[in-house]
Amino acid sequence: MMTATNEELTTVDTAKKLGLLPEEFEKIKVVLGRTPNFTELSIYSVMWSEHCSYKNSILWLKTLPKDGPHMLAKAGEENAGLVDIGGGLGCAFKIESHNHPSALEPYQGAATGVGGINRDIFTMGARPIAQLNSLRFGDLKLEKTKWLIKGVVKGIGDYGNAFGIPTVGGEVFFDECYNTNPLVNAMSAGIVKAGETVSATSYGAGNPVFIVGSATGKDGIHGAAFASKDITEDSAKDLPAVQVGDPFQEKLLLEASLEVIKTGAVIGMQDMGAAGITCSTSEMSAKGKHGMKIWLDKVPTRQSNMKDWEILLSESQERMLIVVKKGKGKDIQKVFDKWDLNCVQIGEVTKGDRLQYFMNNELVADVPAESLVLGGGAPVYKREFKEPAYFAEAKKFNIDQLEEPKDLKPVAKHLLSHPNIASKRWVFNQYDSMVGTVNMSTNAPSDAAIVNIKGTNKAIALKVDCNARYVNADPETGCAIAVSEAARNIVCSGGEPSAVTNCLNFGNPYNPEVYWQFVGAIKGMGAACLKFQTPVTGGNVSFYNQSSYEGPVFPTPTIGMLGILPDKANAMTLDFKNEGDIIYMIGEAKNDIASSEYVYSFHKIKNTPAPYFNLDEEYNVQQAVKVAIKSKIVQSVHDVSDGGLFVTLAESAIVHNLGFEIFTDKNIRKDAFLFGEAQSRVVVSVKKEHETDLIKLLKNLEVKFIKLGFVTGSEFKVDNETLFTVADARDLYDTALENLLK
Amino acid sequence: MSKFGVVIFPGSNCDQDMIYALRNIMGQDVVELWHKDKDLKNCDFIILPGGFSHGDYLRSGAIARFAPIMEKVIDHAAKGGYVFGVCNGFQILCEAGLVPGALLHNTERRFICKNVFIKAEHNESLLTSGIPLNKALKIPIAHGEGNYFIDAKSLEKIKKNGQVLFRYCDDKGNVTPESNPNGSLDNIAGVCNVGKNVFGMMPHPERASDPVLGNTDGMVLFQSILSTVLQ
Repeated sequence: MMTATNEELTTVDTAKKLGLLPEEFEKIKVVLGRTPNFTELSIYSVMWSEHCSYKNSILWLKTLPKDGPHMLAKAGEENAGLVDIGGGLGCAFKIESHNHPSALEPYQGAATGVGGINRDIFTMGARPIAQLNSLRFGDLKLEKTKWLIKGVVKGIGDYGNAFGIPTVGGEVFFDECYNTNPLVNAMSAGIVKAGETVSATSYGAGNPVFIVGSATGKDGIHGAAFASKDITEDSAKDLPAVQVGDPFQEKLLLEASLEVIKTGAVIGMQDMGAAGITCSTSEMSAKGKHGMKIWLDKVPTRQSNMKDWEILLSESQERMLIVVKKGKGKDIQKVFDKWDLNCVQIGEVTKGDRLQYFMNNELVADVPAESLVLGGGAPVYKREFKEPAYFAEAKKFNIDQLEEPKDLKPVAKHLLSHPNIASKRWVFNQYDSMVGTVNMSTNAPSDAAIVNIKGTNKAIALKVDCNARYVNADPETGCAIAVSEAARNIVCSGGEPSAVTNCLNFGNPYNPEVYWQFVGAIKGMGAACLKFQTPVTGGNVSFYNQSSYEGPVFPTPTIGMLGILPDKANAMTLDFKNEGDIIYMIGEAKNDIASSEYVYSFHKIKNTPAPYFNLDEEYNVQQAVKVAIKSKIVQSVHDVSDGGLFVTLAESAIVHNLGFEIFTDKNIRKDAFLFGEAQSRVVVSVKKEHETDLIKLLKNLEVKFIKLGFVTGSEFKVDNETLFTVADARDLYDTALENLLK
Repeated sequence: MSKFGVVIFPGSNCDQDMIYALRNIMGQDVVELWHKDKDLKNCDFIILPGGFSHGDYLRSGAIARFAPIMEKVIDHAAKGGYVFGVCNGFQILCEAGLVPGALLHNTERRFICKNVFIKAEHNESLLTSGIPLNKALKIPIAHGEGNYFIDAKSLEKIKKNGQVLFRYCDDKGNVTPESNPNGSLDNIAGVCNVGKNVFGMMPHPERASDPVLGNTDGMVLFQSILSTVLQ
């Protein structure tokens, strides 16, 4: 029975104010056998929030393939997925959103997103070695968008640069659907020796529980709940729900955490992200099937007189909860002293499953751990879904409705200078991409980032990808394309696709049309992941990316993919190497411009189907590319994606100031040939002496291909017409984004 | 036999890169030196690596300069011992007054990470002794505060003394305003003290030394050090 002095009982109105549904309030009363007090209700409100409980998504997430040949930890078992990369090494990797905080306070919102995802990696004992990010912003003509992108990029840079892990890749995409709700997804990957991982668990009655790292402040209270609702005019009032980051503390916490694991004193460790002490104590306890007593007054705080529920819910950054073997407290204390970090015992493990929180010896909350967590007592909902009208409408689009432009030069110019296609150097030059001396793509550009694993023959390939316009056009096909493109990029870089982490950014799940997008995306993702044998190891779901006045964002299921290069010498680059090399395209040209940047922003036709895509053809093209790279007969490999073939060729040519001369196919519209975004196409260049080998190889593999032309000195020539000189193209491509940001 | 010591401040993050370059690539004996210690462990060549010492929330390097180990580093330098600071290490050397000048915010007020080109001014210092003078070296920078500044009178003095070691240039070796990435006075990328035993530079030679990364232009700096120190 409850013996707490915090006797003030709550009502359904309080529950609603905290974001709980009336039926959830009833459920809590059943679990506890009584009415919760305010502290307890606060605990349930964050743990049962969308952000922590996945209550509206988990049924569908369970349908995704979880197991693959290389999995060490399956989805949801730990803070991040863990993949065996061979040689006794594991790679922990995960992507996570920080959309809502970034919409309000772009600098801190993005910075703490970076901090949080890295903690997920090193809390498992893995040292982060590479970071990526996937960003979506609104119309760049708006001052607000400029403010958001400048803040987000500076936030990611300042945090990641000081933390000292290279940012090796990412994507930036602009569309007016993100005007109010930008998306900020951060990914990190780390390496750990097999057998040296740490689990987020707690067991062994009497074992002490420590809080380490930063002091606890009033920042980020109810952050998880805030992330679980739509953005409205009142959202500015939620500003205290945004956390504040300190990368210096995070760097110290990284070193100290990895050092403390080596002492052998650690039972379990979990970082404090969403829902702070509440989440870490309940998830660790539930996993280890034990209870915990926590003395909240022992928690080091930044402000005096913090309330018990404020301490419990604070999302102050750079903190960890560590359960330590009894009697070994001094061993860990010594490590944290060395790094000048707080390390304070705040509780102990108990038998049973009760989480009992005390404030100055008074019991302020008493709840069963299992009842709070995903997979335990947290609610699970089956949601209605309904196909939106726009979907059938889009299918009516026919390329013949659109007259082919006579002059293609303006199209080429439009695309090369479009912020979705032009160089993102204004963004990535603000990130330290070289610290750690592992980024193999700095001086050898490739479709996916190649990261060296020092001391081995191996490298890993990393990529984030999602063309949300395709997903909006057709969630199932669009999301299958996102997975396929990530895999294609890894294959084009010489890697073997291995596993996936996802960040599912959608609108309000209670809207059946949004939920229809979600369900379709999951189906498409599942099918593609099965095909490529890339299990989904984890990630996160971010619903409620919509505003009261602008509706939902494009459904944006960002795919983060890990690939392995057992031999780093197999790494492949995207740049043309020599004048005179022959250019081929593996895959088939299609009379298709659906959902292309060309049709969308040049012709302003916004509702078209997803581009041409066939999963089996995609798979076959990728297998052919793998063989071609392994046989060392290709000079460059670059996939055809946003902006179509012309942009692919331009990107390959610009690196060394080369040109190209190609010829189009008379049976295909020239605009579709050059600017269409039909999938499953890869451009390769070969030396003259290897041309016949390449043809033989592709014929043997029964994959379609065409000869496009050859690499030249300085002009971009199509069917004997010069569209650009490389100098002009390069200038346009390199400076477009920074000019728009002025 | 020479021994290298790499100082680790809280917030250093290029320490392991420097150790890797010296130990794994150049095959040298390297030890870690902890900021709270007061012992240089018999090292004869001290390196202050890059990073964000103490978070650099104040002026970069302003706190690290007071670390206990810095007393010993300053003594070592005063006795003519070699000290080399890269990026944050350079900032710390400036704060400690071991090399002249100061490093201001980049003119664009943004952090910049990219490959740039630098060329050595002369072969009169240990660090530059083996560098071909007309060769533009491709070496990356990664900093928010790398804009070298010094008053006009002192600038003349350091030029006359041969204390300017590196200047930013284009890929052909021309020192131009366009090739200056951060607004540094006279395109200065690296300097030394009067005694030419303490060196500081913003670009990261340790990031351009591993053949796996496709750029080994930085190796010639380490080779210069080794060819003399090891004699």
